[in-house]
Amino acid sequence: MVRLDNIGLDYGPPGGGGHTVLSDISFALPQGGFSWLLGPSGAGKSSLLRLLMLAARPSRGHLEILGADIARARRGALPGLRRRIGVVFQDFRLLDHLSAFDNVALPLRLAGRPEGQVRADVAEMLHWVGLFERAEARPAELSGGEQQRLAISRAVIARPALLLADEPTGNLDDAQAERLMQLLHELNRLGTSVIVATHNEALVARHPAAALRLHHGRLAQAAPA
Amino acid sequence: MSELDHRFRRGHDDLGLRRALPGRLLPALVAAMAFLAALAAAGVVATAHLATQWQHGALAAVTIQVPRPGEPAADDAQDQTRRAAVQAVLAATSGVSVHQLDEGELADLLRPWLGDSAERLSLPLPAVFALHLADPDRDLAALTTRLDQAAPGTLVERHELWRGRLAALARSLQAAAGLALLLVGGIAVAAITVATRAGLAARREAIELVHQIGAPDRFIAQRFAARASLLALIGGTIGALAALPVLLILAWLAAPLTGLTPRLATLALLLPPPLWASLLALPAAAAAIGWVTAQATVRGWLALLP
Ligand SMILES: Nc1ncnc2c1ncn2[C@@H]1O[C@H](COP(=O)(O)OP(=O)(O)OP(=O)(O)O)[C@@H](O)[C@H]1O
Ligand SMILES: [Mg+2]
Repeated sequence: MVRLDNIGLDYGPPGGGGHTVLSDISFALPQGGFSWLLGPSGAGKSSLLRLLMLAARPSRGHLEILGADIARARRGALPGLRRRIGVVFQDFRLLDHLSAFDNVALPLRLAGRPEGQVRADVAEMLHWVGLFERAEARPAELSGGEQQRLAISRAVIARPALLLADEPTGNLDDAQAERLMQLLHELNRLGTSVIVATHNEALVARHPAAALRLHHGRLAQAAPA
Repeated sequence: MSELDHRFRRGHDDLGLRRALPGRLLPALVAAMAFLAALAAAGVVATAHLATQWQHGALAAVTIQVPRPGEPAADDAQDQTRRAAVQAVLAATSGVSVHQLDEGELADLLRPWLGDSAERLSLPLPAVFALHLADPDRDLAALTTRLDQAAPGTLVERHELWRGRLAALARSLQAAAGLALLLVGGIAVAAITVATRAGLAARREAIELVHQIGAPDRFIAQRFAARASLLALIGGTIGALAALPVLLILAWLAAPLTGLTPRLATLALLLPPPLWASLLALPAAAAAIGWVTAQATVRGWLALLP
C-alpha cells in the first residue's frame, strides 16, 4: 500500500543543481500497519512525509501510494488519492478565517458528506479531543496544544486510509499524548495505516512498533521493532 | 462530482473569498469599464446606422443640369423643349426615380451665393433633376450619352467621390468604436486577472491546504470564478444603468439629425434596438468575462502545484 524503491528527493531547481535531502530510500508498509518515523532534526522526516502526502513528487525512484504508481499517475488522479490521506502537519496549517468547527469539517465537506452528518461527526470528534466548548473559536484564539488537537481532528475526521502525523505530540502533555496514541491505535484497528514522525523517544518506548530511522536523508533502519 | 460542488457552494465560504476578493473595488472598476463599453457600443451602432444612411440616402443621388431648358431640343421636329427631351429620356430609363427641382428649391440652392435676389436677377438658370439610383453602383455612361443626344450640353454629375469619402469615414469611425470596445474588454480582463491574483496571494495558505486535502483544481477555480463573476455582474449592471441616461440624452440631441421627433413618451424608441440589446448584454458579458478570466488565472496558478 506504501512502497518506495530507491527514492530520492532534491530541493531546488528541477534537473539538478539543487541539494539532496533524501537518497536511496526503499521500504514497503502493509495496509493497516503502524510505523514510527524517527531520526534527528533535519534528517528528512518531514521531507519524506511530503512525498507520501503527494505534496512533492520524488526526483528519483519509484513511489507507490494506496496502490497508485505516483510517477505515472495523471495530475488529475492525485486529488482523489489525497482525499484518502490524512495529514497532521508539524506546523498545524489551520485556516485562520474559519472556526475550529469549520476547520475540522473541511475534509468532510470536500468529500461531499451531507451537512447533517458533517455536524454530528465534527461534534463527536471535538468532544473526543476536548474542544467541543471551543468549537466557535478561531485557531488564533487557541493554545498550542489545542491547535494541535484540532489539527489531529481534521486529519482523522474523514477516516483516511493513510494517516501521516508529523510530530503530533510536540505541544501535548503526557496524558494528551497517551490519548492521541489511543486514537491512532483505534484508527489502526479500523484499517488505517499510520505513520508518525517524532523525536519523542519516551513515547516510542511506551508504544513499540515498526520503525523507519532516517539519518542524513538515508534510511538507517527499516526493520520491525 | 456536481454533488460535491453543490454542497460546497451552499453558503460555506471555506476559502474566505468574501474578504480576499472584496466587494467594492472590482465592481467599481467593472462598472467604469461597462460604462465606457456602452458608449463604444453606441458608437458602433450609430456609425453603422450613418454608414447605411449615407450609402442609400441623399448621396446616392446624381444631379443632371440642363442649360437653356426652354430652347427647342436640337434635332427635334415636334418643337419639344430641351427640358422635355431630357424628361422623356429619364422617364424611359428604368431603375431611377426622378425629381425636378422647382424654382423655390433652386433659389434655396443658390441663396448662399446670390442672396434673396436670385429670382429677380433673371439669370438663365438651368433645369436641375435629382436622380436616385436603385443600384448605387450603376454605370451611367449609356444614360449620359442618350441625354447628350437629346439635349447637347447636359451635365450628369455623380457624387461618387463624396460617397466614397463618407463611406471611408463611417468605416473608420466604426473601426475606432470597435477598437475601443475591444480595449475596454481587454482592460476588464486585466483588472479581473489582477484582482484574482491578489485574492490568490491573500489566500495562498488556505488554497494550498485545501489542495493538499484533496480539492480538485476545478473546485478551487469554480469558487473563485463564482465570486469574480458575481462581482463583475454587479459592476456590469451598474455601468449599463449609468450609461442609459447618457445615451438617451445623446440620442435626444441626435434625433433631429436622424429624422426622429423626440417625445418623452417614445423615449425608448430613441435608442436603436441593437443598442438596447448591447445594453442588456453588458452585465452578462461582464459576468462571463469575470468567470472565464478567474477560471484561467486560478487554474494557471494551481498548475504550478504538484
Ligand atoms: N523547502 C525546502 N527547501 C530547501 N530545503 C529544505 C526545504 N525543506 C527542508 N529542507 C531541508 O531539508 C532537510 C530535511 O528537512 P526536514 O524538514 O525534512 O527535516 P526533519 O527531519 O523533518 O527535521 P525536524 O525534526 O527538525 O522537523 C533540512 O536540511 C532542511 O534544511
Ligand atoms: Mg520535520
